[in-house]
Amino acid sequence: MALDELYKEVILDHYKNPRNKREIPDAALRCSKNNPLCGDEITVFVNEDDGTISDVAFVGQGCSISQSSASMMTEAAAGKTREEVEQRIGAFRGMMAGEVEADEDAFGELVALKGVVKYPVRVKCAVLAWDVLQEALAGEGEAGGSAPH
Amino acid sequence: MAVTQQHGAGTLDVERIKADFPILERTSHGKRLVYLDSANTSQKPRAVIDTITEYYERHNANLYRAVYELAEEATAMFEGARTKLASFIGAPDPSTVVFNRGTTESINLVANAWGRRFLREGDEILFSELEHHSNIVPWQLVAEATGAVTRLIPIEDDGTLDAARIEAMLTDRTKVLAISGQSNVLGTMPAIGRLAASAHAAGAIIVVDGAQLVPHNPVDVAALDVDFLTISGHKMLGPTASGGLYGRLELLEAMSPFLGGGEMIMEVYPDHSTYKAPPHKFEAGTMNIAEEIGLATAIDYLEGLGMENVRSHERELTAYAIEALASIGATVYGPKDPEQRGGAVSFWYKDIHPHDLAQVLDQEGVCVRPGHHCAQVLMRRLGVPATTRASFYVYNTRQDVDALIAALEKAGEFFGA
Repeated sequence: MALDELYKEVILDHYKNPRNKREIPDAALRCSKNNPLCGDEITVFVNEDDGTISDVAFVGQGCSISQSSASMMTEAAAGKTREEVEQRIGAFRGMMAGEVEADEDAFGELVALKGVVKYPVRVKCAVLAWDVLQEALAGEGEAGGSAPH
Repeated sequence: MAVTQQHGAGTLDVERIKADFPILERTSHGKRLVYLDSANTSQKPRAVIDTITEYYERHNANLYRAVYELAEEATAMFEGARTKLASFIGAPDPSTVVFNRGTTESINLVANAWGRRFLREGDEILFSELEHHSNIVPWQLVAEATGAVTRLIPIEDDGTLDAARIEAMLTDRTKVLAISGQSNVLGTMPAIGRLAASAHAAGAIIVVDGAQLVPHNPVDVAALDVDFLTISGHKMLGPTASGGLYGRLELLEAMSPFLGGGEMIMEVYPDHSTYKAPPHKFEAGTMNIAEEIGLATAIDYLEGLGMENVRSHERELTAYAIEALASIGATVYGPKDPEQRGGAVSFWYKDIHPHDLAQVLDQEGVCVRPGHHCAQVLMRRLGVPATTRASFYVYNTRQDVDALIAALEKAGEFFGA
């Protein structure tokens, strides 16, 4: 497989110019996780307003796949209801497991990450932020505060 | 790039060596395979592969217990491998060499069979920031079980270990100094001989992680006067799950067994058992027979090259690589003086994450390792989540380093860094 099939323009764009890469100091929900395999770590912040994700952001460090996936995830989650986001997390995991056909209508920009499926080691990088978001929504992180160092 | 350029240091005929390694004939992603991950595991020469095949085709039987010809042959080959490994590391007596799967198993053996027997509450186990997880976690486990405490020896800013600083940490409470003979991340080579003498003066034993030291340097355990040295056969041209542990005979005799079971016993009663003398006391169950016999052939191969020549070839290649990496703006971690280090070269290039870097290199046929290298304590000290590591062995050439550099530059362009 050619490199640019894995590293689509969209991925490189989100990597170089990550969206919503910031702390939300007063976030209602917050969760951190790292990938011990490569040392990547991501903290996700979420605020909800009447059942809708009103603000979602992340901080952390990692490879282009983990960082761009986190960036795209924040755009995919913002403004959605909790149910919609949880459904989307499930669908994204399905795409990364190669179980769900990745079409652009359903996934939008995220379809750019489908090349990762061929690299099992890198799937963990792509899924990391989504795991953290799910745990944050489940209330498994702590509320408020800043990211751990 | 020109097909032929100058090769290694001239101490080894690398083109001839490469021809002995079948895997180096293959391509990867349509490119020449450039294998720079020997600190992870080495490739195997044809002779080692043939030895394993021949063993299974001609001699396969379990050891010691059968009286037929096959079993006698297998036993003689296995014990011959022990004698060969003992001689390779300067051990005075083959009984001081215990076979097992390598360094991880060896350190667990010492931590359990020696540590649980002799460590008491408040005793200190020293290990350094350089250590691989296999020279940290077993000691943490035995400390938890015995009430002993672990203490961390810091590295200097240049990635070296200062023997005087270690000596200042040795007290009458110190019972174990656990230290790498050559770092798998920085290549650092601590002064093992001096540290062995200092540890003994303090009443401690010294346990040397030889996973990287033994494959790349002449080693003489008698001259170094170490108590334990671990050997990972798969990193020195041998099969996976080959290798073992050198231990001072008095210590091996005084220790408890590690795994209990068949072949390690003299007599078994319902309420107690008696054990064989070392090394068989530590070899329970059916052993990794084919692997250790294959390791003997790997040792023959290395001795044919001469370990002094192996060391000088890698020293030259490491110097060349460090200079080449610096010339393209990569940050190289650890000692820069090739006299003071081995051939594991970790670096950071243009803020490109090591996983991304390694992925691009893979497309160019260049195999390196990204990650924390089982050394998270060291990564935190270096202040990086991971590094990219290139490591060298007898089959690597300057051409391989040139291929690495070209692939790195390509990655730099690709990520626009």
